[in-house]
Amino acid sequence: MRHEIRFSGFGGQGIILSAVIIGRAAVMYDNKFAVQTQVYGPEARGGASMSQVVIDDEQILYPKVAIPDIYVIMSQEGFEKYGASAHESAIMLIDSTLVHSRPKCKYIEVPATGEAKATLKVIVANIVMLGALVSATHVVSEESLKKAILDSVPKGTEDLNLKAMQLGLELGKQP
Amino acid sequence: MTRTEFWQGNTACAEGALAAGCTFFGGYPITPSTEVAELMAAKLPKKGGIFIQMEDEIASMASIIGASWTGARAMTATSGPGFSLMMENIGFAVMTETPCVVVNVQRGGPSTGQPTMSAQGDMMQVRFGSHGDIAIIALSPATVQEMFELTVKAFNHADKYRVPVFLMADETVGHMREKILVPDSVEKIGRKPFVPGNPPFKVTDPDLIPGFPTFGTGQHVHVTGLTHDERGYPAATNPPLHAALVKRLVDKIENARDEMADYDIVNPEAEQVFVAYGGPVRTVMQVMHDKKDKNVGFLRIRTVWPFPEKALLEFKNAKRFLVPEMNLGQIAREIERHVTVPVVPIPKLGGELHTPAELAAVLEEKA
Repeated sequence: MRHEIRFSGFGGQGIILSAVIIGRAAVMYDNKFAVQTQVYGPEARGGASMSQVVIDDEQILYPKVAIPDIYVIMSQEGFEKYGASAHESAIMLIDSTLVHSRPKCKYIEVPATGEAKATLKVIVANIVMLGALVSATHVVSEESLKKAILDSVPKGTEDLNLKAMQLGLELGKQP
Repeated sequence: MTRTEFWQGNTACAEGALAAGCTFFGGYPITPSTEVAELMAAKLPKKGGIFIQMEDEIASMASIIGASWTGARAMTATSGPGFSLMMENIGFAVMTETPCVVVNVQRGGPSTGQPTMSAQGDMMQVRFGSHGDIAIIALSPATVQEMFELTVKAFNHADKYRVPVFLMADETVGHMREKILVPDSVEKIGRKPFVPGNPPFKVTDPDLIPGFPTFGTGQHVHVTGLTHDERGYPAATNPPLHAALVKRLVDKIENARDEMADYDIVNPEAEQVFVAYGGPVRTVMQVMHDKKDKNVGFLRIRTVWPFPEKALLEFKNAKRFLVPEMNLGQIAREIERHVTVPVVPIPKLGGELHTPAELAAVLEEKA
């Protein structure tokens, strides 16, 4: 099963890192294949940042995302530039603290930035979104996500990031 | 034994160089190749190697030539604008038979063009960009795995043939992250030993390659870009000597064309045949997978120069060769020289990979 995931937000939120963590979880710990790509332009430094991941059980040939089936959107500008055109069959996780638009496709509101600010630190809002993404879509396993986060975050911030992941897992839970 | 990693193409290139025993990197950072230099700067000194950020790409190329003569496996990494600056010293490396590896992660040109976007516009520049009659080796990776493996191969070819070898990557493959199986160790083919006392550029073997008189190992060597005799001394007004020298420098590469040819053939009975190298390989693979049509063939090339022309002849029923490139048709023109059926360039400019739909549409067009 091929999943095409698109992350967008503003520079500094950790949009690229989010995509790398999901790809890493799939490849290193779920024994799947993944390709991560990103937009490198000057807009990535302050404007709308975008990164994409393809995850598949089989080897990935065409490496780019054509029609994302999963979106993680963390800014209004990111929504407008990279999320507004989402296909009806897609599912979108929205940081409802920062994004006021809503797509035509199915969506899940995750108040990641608000909750992170209130209970942890705002800097881990992207990890909250990753937790929500995994509990809502199971694109990678929770255990693999945890390992990939621990591989990727700075020393001394492990607990903070795991708490953020746990918060996200709860917020993304579907009835 | 191998281990699994989730690496960017440029990371795999640097790690491949380290695995191959590269001990010198001289370079000037430029998007989209910068991560190669960044990783070498971080890791090379810890392994006892040397990283130097030079003042520009002219000096970068000069630095790896000097390092190579001390016996080091030496490399640099750049992109279009820097590659243009390297042309003069690339010719010097060819003329002086200096093993070295140059990585070009191609971006959109001409000039500074599109720093962050993908292209394959330097495929003819690498072949003919330096003045005079030259022959070089150029490899093009299509996967992160190949960024590693072809970097290793580039060092082996450079040492074996005493020539600059180019890893002609593109932004697509350089910047994508994907799964790679990293081997514990890699094959290393060293330079042909030199027998002290012999003239340093005297050739006795049929492969036309002289032994390498590493600086500091007992032989005084004069290394010059001027036409030189067997001793390495200038002989620039000797017509037969110049002719013989240039012919040998070209023939030592051309004669090894079949030996170093690296390609895959899919569906050799097909009438329509894709030919691709680098990033576009990935799109062709997707189209081949989706179509599952025995009448669509694919020649996937890793050794672009010297061009593996014999591979084209294996498609005996070919009615058209379809050549997707992120340029206006550079290797398509090379293919035209070798076949009698139509060659259809599928150029794509702008910095993005061809989509599977774009290539599938060309298949449907009437020949």
